[in-house]
Amino acid sequence: MYRYDDYDRALVRERVAQYRDQLQRNLAGELSDDDFRPLRLQNGLYIQRHAPMLRIAIPYGMLSSIQLRKLADIARRYDRGYAHFTTRQNLQLNWPKLEDTADILAELATVEMHAIQTSGNCIRNITTDPFAGVAPDEVVDPRPYCEMLRQWSTFHPEFAFLPRKFKIAISGSLEDRAVTYAHDVGLQLYRDASGEVLARVIVGGGMGRTPILGSVIHEALPWRHLPTYLDAVLRVYNRHGRRDNAYKARIKILVKAIGADEFARQVEAEWQLERDGIATVTDEELAIARSAFSDPAAPPRPENDTEFEAKLAEDKGFARWVSRCVRGHKRAGYRAVTLSLKPHGVAPGDITSQQMDAVADLADRYSFGELRVTHEQNLVLADVALADLHALWIEARKHNLATPNIGLLTDMICCPGGDFCSLANAKSIPIAQAIQAEFDDLDYLHDIGELELNISGCMNSCGHHHVGHIGILGVDKAGSEWYQVSIGGAQGNTTALGDVIGPSFAASEVPGVIRTLIETYVEARTPEERFLDTVRRLGIAPFKSRVYGESARKAEVTHG
Amino acid sequence: MADLIRGESLVRDEWTWIKLPEAAEPVRKAAGKVVMFKLTGEPAASDAVIDACEVPATGKVLIPLSVWLRRREDFASRVAVGEIGVWLDSHEEPADLADSLDGEVNRLPLIGVNFPKFIDGRGYSAGFILRNRYGYRNELRALGDVLRDQMFFFRRTGFDAYLLRADQKPERCIAALRDFSTPYQTSTDGNLPVFRRRIGQANPA
Repeated sequence: MYRYDDYDRALVRERVAQYRDQLQRNLAGELSDDDFRPLRLQNGLYIQRHAPMLRIAIPYGMLSSIQLRKLADIARRYDRGYAHFTTRQNLQLNWPKLEDTADILAELATVEMHAIQTSGNCIRNITTDPFAGVAPDEVVDPRPYCEMLRQWSTFHPEFAFLPRKFKIAISGSLEDRAVTYAHDVGLQLYRDASGEVLARVIVGGGMGRTPILGSVIHEALPWRHLPTYLDAVLRVYNRHGRRDNAYKARIKILVKAIGADEFARQVEAEWQLERDGIATVTDEELAIARSAFSDPAAPPRPENDTEFEAKLAEDKGFARWVSRCVRGHKRAGYRAVTLSLKPHGVAPGDITSQQMDAVADLADRYSFGELRVTHEQNLVLADVALADLHALWIEARKHNLATPNIGLLTDMICCPGGDFCSLANAKSIPIAQAIQAEFDDLDYLHDIGELELNISGCMNSCGHHHVGHIGILGVDKAGSEWYQVSIGGAQGNTTALGDVIGPSFAASEVPGVIRTLIETYVEARTPEERFLDTVRRLGIAPFKSRVYGESARKAEVTHG
Repeated sequence: MADLIRGESLVRDEWTWIKLPEAAEPVRKAAGKVVMFKLTGEPAASDAVIDACEVPATGKVLIPLSVWLRRREDFASRVAVGEIGVWLDSHEEPADLADSLDGEVNRLPLIGVNFPKFIDGRGYSAGFILRNRYGYRNELRALGDVLRDQMFFFRRTGFDAYLLRADQKPERCIAALRDFSTPYQTSTDGNLPVFRRRIGQANPA
């Protein structure tokens, strides 16, 4: 993975010094809270419901075991011994003390980490495919481009105070695992007939209050123009994006208002100013970036392993875990393993310091000391030998990291919600836990099959509810918490926004509603259909009438 | 009295900054319970307000773009002797100024860009556009909510003079121009991207 050199180290060190000074001025009353707020946000620091929340950047989700151990250590010493992985592949501490935050950043700098631009109206952490570099369907490894654009976006002097936050995702495989159509900018990397890397540039997607899928504004941008072209995109947005209403300030509103064609035309005109200029990436620069992401020195392995086959046959639990948590790999004899952070009874994405240490050990022992964070809030060991899978499973189980539910209903995406977040309208974690409890039968869970259930505590959509096969959104009605349910959303190559099935529900009704949706599906499905496929075939009507018909019947009984 | 920094020095300001009378419109707040940041209004001054704007008859004056666009014949002789500078508000277009000068922006010895709130980052792009698209070479001055924590960004996007908010300490602001030693990307300052600098260096992994 990318390692810092003197340039990176100096920059992060200088950032810690700058932030420490800002914090001290704020604590001394020299820097007002209003003036400090945008500055601390750009260092990942929110003032939350109970305490500050610090969001630590994990660039495009890649972590070393050394970094993870440091995170475990920080969570233990400065927080309550646990932390939370987010849908932007970052890590949040929920209980640090304001006065400690500069020290925490200094500690992070010792392992080449920071909290730069993890919040605020600036370019945020760039996200990508957690299986980058190992996925069998990969066409272009997106990580060198992620790193190039990380450097381009870090303290970009022109775009430090945009109308609103700005999120970029990059994908380089046949299946889009980075939700590129739901970002402010999505880049899909591919190759032309001669092997040249091109980017399809998608602009103006996003979730939030106004969910919109992005529009393609450039079908084939050669890779070396990415920084200058994105400068042009950002400049048009920075000059013309709305600033009079925070809810209408994302780039998607601008693109929709003037139309994608007009937006593309303005970007093209703006781009001529810098095109082929100093920021155009050279072959040598790309070579340096690529050298940071060379394959690990993995010895060649046979395609098959008889001992693995034997274990698979004799141990049903192991087989089940392999079927859900182990994915194919571009190298023979290797697999990518997802460690589930969604065991029953735990807030999705939460991890204890003890577990972080355990994962760091597993990464060292089985996956060349590296791991990745997924936007579904799980962890990935990307280079595990087939022959090591059983031993890894035994170890992971000891630390409650081997729940075989990846891609299943209980592998939910869930924001911190009203328990922690001051923006939330409603709690989300208790809803997730109630659903986990409702579906705690593993056989039934596996029979239901692939199903993505996403929960957001408010319209900001940190829990990606719009693209969940089932989406749950917390809403505020006259001061009490209600939940709106949508179905038919999807990420990936068939990205779609879900449709709301009808009026919202009280928290206690949600698990029953989900069960009814699932029962409707199980009765109606063809043998090869996933939940999403059945919804697409039948539309939402049968689901809707079943859910509301039943609650209407129930109401009759209650009131009759 | 606001301090003026030019380059890296505290200097005496020989220019008078002329503003339009304050727009009477109240600041609107976003609907809903979450007000994330204060809004920046974009008042367009009426012709009457522009005509009424008083500009001293002598000395160096920094006048609003709207006054310049509507009354520029009145200022022709003073432009010739370098007494007229023009400032843009954050939403005003550098192109309008450049067009009014037939592209010869260097006829002005001073252009100002106002930052009504420091979180309104439009002015950074205005600086970049003035320097790079229009080739402006004279003094480019940041006005308004000019604070030490943004000095580094101002300088990188082409500003070389900074009229500080009244509560700012000038020596600290000068120091903040050097908050970072080697930024990653290029900008108006022509810095080489760091990746370019790495070429030929031993990989210091």
